[in-house]
This record gives sequence, structure tokens and C-alpha cells, in this order.
Amino acid sequence: MWKPRPEDNKPMSMNPTQPAQPVPPAAAVAAPSIPTQHKETPKASEPHRADVGHIGKSVQIKGELTGSEDLYLDGSIEGTIDLRDHSLIIGPNGKIKAGISARDLVVHGRVEGNITATGRVELRKSCTLIGDVSTQRIVIEDGAFFKGAIDIKEKAQVVEARKPLAVAASAGMSAGSGTSSSSSATSYSASSDSQGSFLDSK
Amino acid sequence: MRWFRGAGGSQSKPEEGNKSAPRTRRTCIGLGEFMRGLGSSGERKTCVLDLGPTSPTNIALLTEMGVRVSNEDILRESQDERYSVKQEDGTLQLDPAKFFAENLNYAADQFDAILFWDVADYLPESLVKPLVERLQVMLKPKGHLLAFFHTKDAGAESLYSRHHIVQKDTLELEPIPGFKLQRIFNNRHIENLFKDFASRKFFLGRDNIREVLMVR
Repeated sequence: MWKPRPEDNKPMSMNPTQPAQPVPPAAAVAAPSIPTQHKETPKASEPHRADVGHIGKSVQIKGELTGSEDLYLDGSIEGTIDLRDHSLIIGPNGKIKAGISARDLVVHGRVEGNITATGRVELRKSCTLIGDVSTQRIVIEDGAFFKGAIDIKEKAQVVEARKPLAVAASAGMSAGSGTSSSSSATSYSASSDSQGSFLDSK
Repeated sequence: MRWFRGAGGSQSKPEEGNKSAPRTRRTCIGLGEFMRGLGSSGERKTCVLDLGPTSPTNIALLTEMGVRVSNEDILRESQDERYSVKQEDGTLQLDPAKFFAENLNYAADQFDAILFWDVADYLPESLVKPLVERLQVMLKPKGHLLAFFHTKDAGAESLYSRHHIVQKDTLELEPIPGFKLQRIFNNRHIENLFKDFASRKFFLGRDNIREVLMVR
């Protein structure tokens, strides 16, 4: 008769689709403390998946942050953030002085810098955003503080607009400015490429 | 030179209370005219500057119209003591140079339209005239600026409100505590203050709000 082995009683992996991965991602390493982390984060609709990177509130980064996975960011960043086609959640303790490029972005904390998103931007009620936003869709909760410009663009336009940001960021970093935020990232003035012909055609 | 009578030049002190004050709706002829002007955009996007507290409703409505929306809550910013200097009598007075170093940093002819709301009634006196001059520069020729002014009959306790555009000619007013009416402008004051604009169109509402649509 079959007898259960002791390891059969072990809890299952957090990520059932990748049970045999020898090196777990950052969030998987922190798996035992996930309930604690979840308590600190707001009750938002964003899921806490095992493949989401996590930067805690005590972490401070100066320079260029790039990645190819979703990221939850609750620390301080000064420089640039480029997540390409992935999502970024800025937690309530997040203090960002950086130009941000991502697919989707949820902001609970404070951001000073321009945002380019190919998908959706959500500004939650606790957030402060000082900078311009270029995205396809935006959701702003009542109570969010926003200072800057919002430009809703078609998908192709957003992708095109993101390219110069990435190029500028890499150029800035290669020039030795890795320890300070680029001036373009914290420029709050609206770009002059979208001037309208308001009333002139009346 | 002083442009107004009323509460004088003292800074307002934030007040508590009225947190649960209900929103009220008002039909707004000036807003209707303002919004009709936004409909005609060519190849480039129309740019609108909202100088009131952040309103998700306004941003949603304007962006759906294809407008590029900029938002600066200048009244809230003006309360920041970083922008103030100490006077001989020990009181703090807002320094416009310090304020504009960090606010309203836009190029000339940047905006097609500006929503000024009733901010001018609540701003520190030292900021009113320089601000209007700056707005005039930021606005494109033939651009529109919509401003509201309380009349004398509105009363000194008139609450500052966040303006939500719920329809193209209808506003929802959400009272925001902490700001005190600083002055009452009459028609002549308004004409003097906005003398560099090409035209001014006045609408007097039943709720003692004077709507003025300025054209640069």
C-alpha cells in the first residue's frame, strides 16, 4: 500500500507553474514575509504575484533602474526607471525623482518626473505626482494631487514617445550622471510639440 | 497699487470645518462658451491649463475631448511658506519671484485656454497682479480665460470650491475648507486687472457669482 512521504506534507510553491525553479525571484525569496508586506501595502486591486519584483521602503537607489518584470517599488529612487512592457506599482512610501517608462503604472506615493506609459496610469488618492503624463488611459482617484500635464495618446504615439526617453536616459547615464537625476526627468514644463489651434479655425 | 477693497492684503489663515459640505450644481453660461471654443482643434492638440485643485472629472472630460490638460493648484501652492518673506512688522508676505521660480513655468503662448475659476478671490494680494500678467503671457493670442468672482452679495464667508465640469455648461462645486475670501472685485477692478486682454465678457449668475470670459 502507498505510504505518504514526509515531503508530501510540505506547503506548495507560491508559483505552481514554476515549481522546479532553483533560483527563486526576489519576491519568491521574500515569500515567508509576504503577509507582512501585504499588510503594509494598500488594499488595491493589483495582485501580488510571485514574479513581481519588490523593492522595500528602506531601499534607496540613485541611477538607472531597468527591468523586464513587474515591480513593486516602495523605496526611494533618483534617476530613471524603465520597465518597458511591464507594470510598476509605487507604494505609499515610494519617493521617486525619476522619469518613468512602463506599460502600466499605479502610484500611491510621491513621484517627481515625467511618466510615459503604453497602457494605463492610475493615480491613487494618496499619491502626489509632479510631472507630465503621457499614456493611453488614466485613472485619477479623488484626493490625488497632480501638478503637470496629461496627454492621452494612441498606442503608436506612446511607443514613439518612449523611445527618446530611453535614449536620453542611457545617454545621461553613460555621461557619468549616474548619481543624480537627469534634468529632463524632472522637467515639469509641458512640451511644446502639442500646441493647438484653438479658436483660430472658428 | 491696490485693485480691490474688502478683506485687505493679509494672508488667509486656514480654517477647519465644512468637511462634509455637499456638492452643489450650477449652470454656467461662461463655461458653456468656454467649452464650445475647445471643440475646434486642428492637427495639434488643444492645451488647457486648470488652475484649480485636481479634479478627476475635469481631466477625464477634457482628455476625452482630445485636449491636453495641465493642472496646477496655485492657491494651495501659494500657502506654502517657502515662497514667503518676512516683512518689517514680522508678518509673512508671499514673494511672487520665489513663487514663480517653482510654479507656472511655461513658455509664452503655451495654452489655448485657462480655467482660472475663482482663485483670484482667495489668493494673497501680492500674487494677484503678477499672476494675471503671467497668465496673459502663457495664453495664446485669441486664447480664452474663464474666471469667476464673488459679488458683494455672495458674503464674506463664501467657500472656496473645487470645480468639477460635469457637463459642458454645468459645474459641480465641492467646498474646500481652509481658504478665506480675500477680497471682492467689482467690474472696474476686473477690467483694470485684465486690461491687457483683448476682450472681457461678463455673465452674472443668480448665485452671486460673476463669470468673466476673457480673450487674449
